[in-house]
Formats: sequence, structure tokens, C-alpha cells
Amino acid sequence: MEYEVIVGLETHAELATITKLFCGCSTKFGVEPNTQVCPVCLGMPGVLPVMNKKAFEYALKAAIALNCRIDEFTNFDRKSYYYPDLPKNYQISQNYYNLGVDGYMDISVNGTIRRIRIHNVHLEEEAGKLIHPEEISADYSLVDFNRAGVPLLEIVSYPDMRNVDEVESYMQTLRKILLYAEISDCKMQEGSLRFEASISLRKKGSDKLGNRVEIKNLNSMKSVLKAIEYEAKRQSEVLDRGGTVDRETRLWDEVSEKSARMRSKEEAQDYRYFPEPDLLPVLINEKWLSAIKASIPELPRERKQRFMEVFKLSDYDAGVITEEKVLADFFDECVKILDRPKAICNWIINDLLREVKDKKLDINNLPIKAKQLAVLVEIIEKGTISSTIAKEVFSEMIQTGKGPQTIIEEKKLVQISDEGLIEAVITKVISSNPDAIEDYKKGKKNALTFLVGQVMKETKGKANPKIVNEILAKKVGI
Amino acid sequence: MKIGKKDIEYIANLSRIELSEHEKEMFVHQLSDILSYIGKISELNTENVTPMAYTIKASNVFKEDIPEPSISLEDVQLNAPDIKGVFFKVPKVIE
Ligand SMILES: [Zn+2]
Repeated sequence: MEYEVIVGLETHAELATITKLFCGCSTKFGVEPNTQVCPVCLGMPGVLPVMNKKAFEYALKAAIALNCRIDEFTNFDRKSYYYPDLPKNYQISQNYYNLGVDGYMDISVNGTIRRIRIHNVHLEEEAGKLIHPEEISADYSLVDFNRAGVPLLEIVSYPDMRNVDEVESYMQTLRKILLYAEISDCKMQEGSLRFEASISLRKKGSDKLGNRVEIKNLNSMKSVLKAIEYEAKRQSEVLDRGGTVDRETRLWDEVSEKSARMRSKEEAQDYRYFPEPDLLPVLINEKWLSAIKASIPELPRERKQRFMEVFKLSDYDAGVITEEKVLADFFDECVKILDRPKAICNWIINDLLREVKDKKLDINNLPIKAKQLAVLVEIIEKGTISSTIAKEVFSEMIQTGKGPQTIIEEKKLVQISDEGLIEAVITKVISSNPDAIEDYKKGKKNALTFLVGQVMKETKGKANPKIVNEILAKKVGI
Repeated sequence: MKIGKKDIEYIANLSRIELSEHEKEMFVHQLSDILSYIGKISELNTENVTPMAYTIKASNVFKEDIPEPSISLEDVQLNAPDIKGVFFKVPKVIE
């Protein structure tokens, strides 16, 4: 039987505020457990939460960037459940009046644009972190509440995706928007961007959806895609055997690359949502909304468009440069210093990115400064060094962090353009390679290339290749 | 609204409360009484009335995104039923 895969994604992104959603505790990552907590985020009796304005505005930004309808009234609700990582036994979230609803995001899949609808965007608080001891025999778990109360944005898509390519593009596009709009740092390895997938199958040609299975514990985009493929296969096998797919939540195991039914939450949840009495509602007027709208920086798609229109980059090049915001910022900074967009773009894509990839560097921590690359390109254009030498200078820049000029001076790499000097070298090369001249006269054109190579070798690559070619051509009588 | 023993057991489970058979019987009656009393409200015509969740006419109360000191680990753990090192210790969570 042939099935169509139906996928929806729930995305959680920790917002880039420096304090928690309802208290003044820091949100800094990686500090000693339970040192960024206070009575409010620990849920002590009698404390009162106060909403972080910046967090609310970040959520508004996201709702706007995802083309949501934003109503004038929004408020917060209590979602009650018991879990040791939730100190209050309820999570402050939104249920009845989500901050943003009925949005969409356009994604590009193999060159075509697909519109994925966004069901809602809402703001809630993060839970703490559970740590399970290594020994299986241990009868306890440990809790760190440093993350508890960190502002969390939830973005719920409609089940509009039909294959893993679309899912991948959705995740990448959303990540880029959140990064460009400076809403979240989107560090998946730190858990600040997480995805949960819901998957169901539908017989080809039918409009009846099968039961939906939710997959949690997806720690990377790769896991999301693998888990969806695994789940689609599992469900199709169940259906082919004549069985029915249970509506359940499954946990993905990254090591075995399998999912298993989640035991603790087998029963249907009853969250008993009701309006959070400790928080007042928020009214959003046009003036506020326009101010937030104006504060949204250029988003990835607009930026790519600008790079193509203003700097005449190809669709491919502009795509690669805007794939990461840091790279796009770097490019913008370079061309502000030196108006040579094409050359700068080539250096970024061919050399800088290769270095980053080969050395497994963090893209957020580029090994050279924009100014340094701009100066290097300028030096090449002036003819001070050849492009071959430039590669050497570049790799030295990456290794030492020194500027191109310093390296050129230290290593005496300035290009030789003195015709007299070059001619002397050529004369020497010709006289010590009579065979090559003979070969050339017999019609072997590549003998000339060999001679050019010899000249470059003599000059340690510093001879201006254009002048070498000119003089050599004259000498052998073309 | 009729409340049965099943409802009481369901609510007790949601609240993680253990009830004796006697208590369950007692709560069936008490909760039924409470609900029928509250149920008087549904006799009113509430069509076109927006549900009211807030009794005061205030909105948009915010704090700025400025860090304030947290409390010491020692104070944090004072209220914990059980700890291990810097952590809170809880019964094993099975996922
Ligand atoms: Zn706190």
C-alpha cells in the first residue's frame, strides 16, 4: 500500500533575554546547577510573577515574522501537571488567547516555494532539567532549576509537511528567521532550539488521516529527519499488517535510532487550563505593534534578495552567504569597507567556509575579521601579490590571526612586477631548459606552461604571472 | 451535574491524593452539593457575555530585562525535601 506522510512540527525556542520570564534571575547557560534560581522560579508559596517586557516583545516579533494574526487581547493560562522538573506543578503558558495565530512561513524545497501554515505562536516558561544517574540501579533522579522560568517561544505548525525535505527546509528556515530577527540564539546543542514532530499516514488518494504519533527527545535536526523516516516506516508496516496505529507519544533514541512508546505519559493528559490569576492580560495596540514591526531587522529572504540585486551575487552565492547570519553580517561588513562584492563573496565561500569546515570551527567565531579580508582582496586587486600567494597569506591569516599586510611584509611576499628582473629569470630558465623550447617549436603548447611554472618556481611564486606570460611569449617568438 | 465515585477517583489521581473508600463516598456528596450550588449560575442567560477572568481593570504590567541577584544555593536547598550535591533529589523519573 502506498501512503502519504503527514508531518507537523512543534518548535520550542528559548528567547534571547538575559533574565527569566517572571523574575530577575539570569538565563546564562552552563553555570553551576541551582545557582540561578529564586523564590519566584522555584514556585515558593505567595510569590508573584511579573512579565518580562523584552520576552513578550520577542514573542511579538516572532508572531509578526511568521505572518500571524495578532489580536488586541492576549493573556496567560496555567497548564497543570506533575513532573519533577516543574516546581509549581503548573506551567504558565497560553491556551485560549495565543499571542499569534493563523500565520504561515514560506519554505523553499528544491527550488519551489511551499507555504506551511502556522497554527499559533505563544509564550511560556521553560521547565528545569532532569539528570538521570549513570547507574541503572540508582533509585533517584536529580533536578537543576536554572532553566526553569526561562522564556520559551512555542511555534506550532499545521500538519502541512509531506516529506523529510520539507521538514528539513522548515526547520532551517525557521531557525534562520529566529536568528536574523535576533529572537533566539538557536543553539540546538544547548537546547535553546528544539523540535517535536507529529506524524500520521494517509492512504494515497484518501482524505482520511491516520492516528497521530508524537515524537519527542529529538536533539538535532538530523534526529528529527531520521525519526520521521523511522516512524513512517513503522506506521506503514502496522497498517500493511492490517493493524491500527495507536495514538501515542514516543521517545527517540539517538543511539539505537529507534523510537519507543513513552511510559510515563501513557494516560491522556488533563491539563485543566485556566487563566493565570497572578498575571494581568496584555493589550496590544497598533502603535506598539508598528514599533515592534519596525524593530525587526532584514529577514533571510529579504537579505538574500538584496545581495542579488545590489551586489549582483548569483542565486547560489547569495544563498550560501545568507545561510548563516554571521556570514551575511561578515559579508556586509566587508563590502562596506571595500566595494568588491564578487571577489569578497568568492573568498568567503571558497576559502573561509572551507577553512571553517576543515578545521571544524564554530561559525559564530570566524577566525578572521571583515577588515582583514577586505584588505587582502584590495591588495590582490592592486597587484601587490598574486592570487596564488594570496592563498598562502590567507591560510597564514587564519592560523596566526595576523593581518595580510603584516604577513606579506614579514614573509617578503610582494609580487615581482619588475620586467627587467622577470626577463632575467626567464632568460635563465630558457637556457637551462633547451628541450622545452624544442618541444614548443615542435608544437607542444604545454611546454610553455612548463616554462611559466619554472619561472614561478625560481621566483617562489612571486612573479606577476601576466608579465611572465607576456615576456615569455615574446622570447619564444609568438 | 452528577458526580460519581469514578469522578472523585479521577480528580484524586490528578491531584496525587490518596483517598479511603469512606472519603470517596463523602466527597461524592460534598462535591455534588457544591456543584449544584454553583450550578445556579448556569440558570442565568450569559449569551454575549465575555467570560471574565480578571477582577481589576489593569493590563500590561511588565518588568524590564535587568538581572537581579538570585538566592544562595544554601538558601535554595533549605526548602528541599532531599538534595544530592548541588541538585534537588527526587524519586527516579522513568520516561
Ligand atoms: Zn528566579
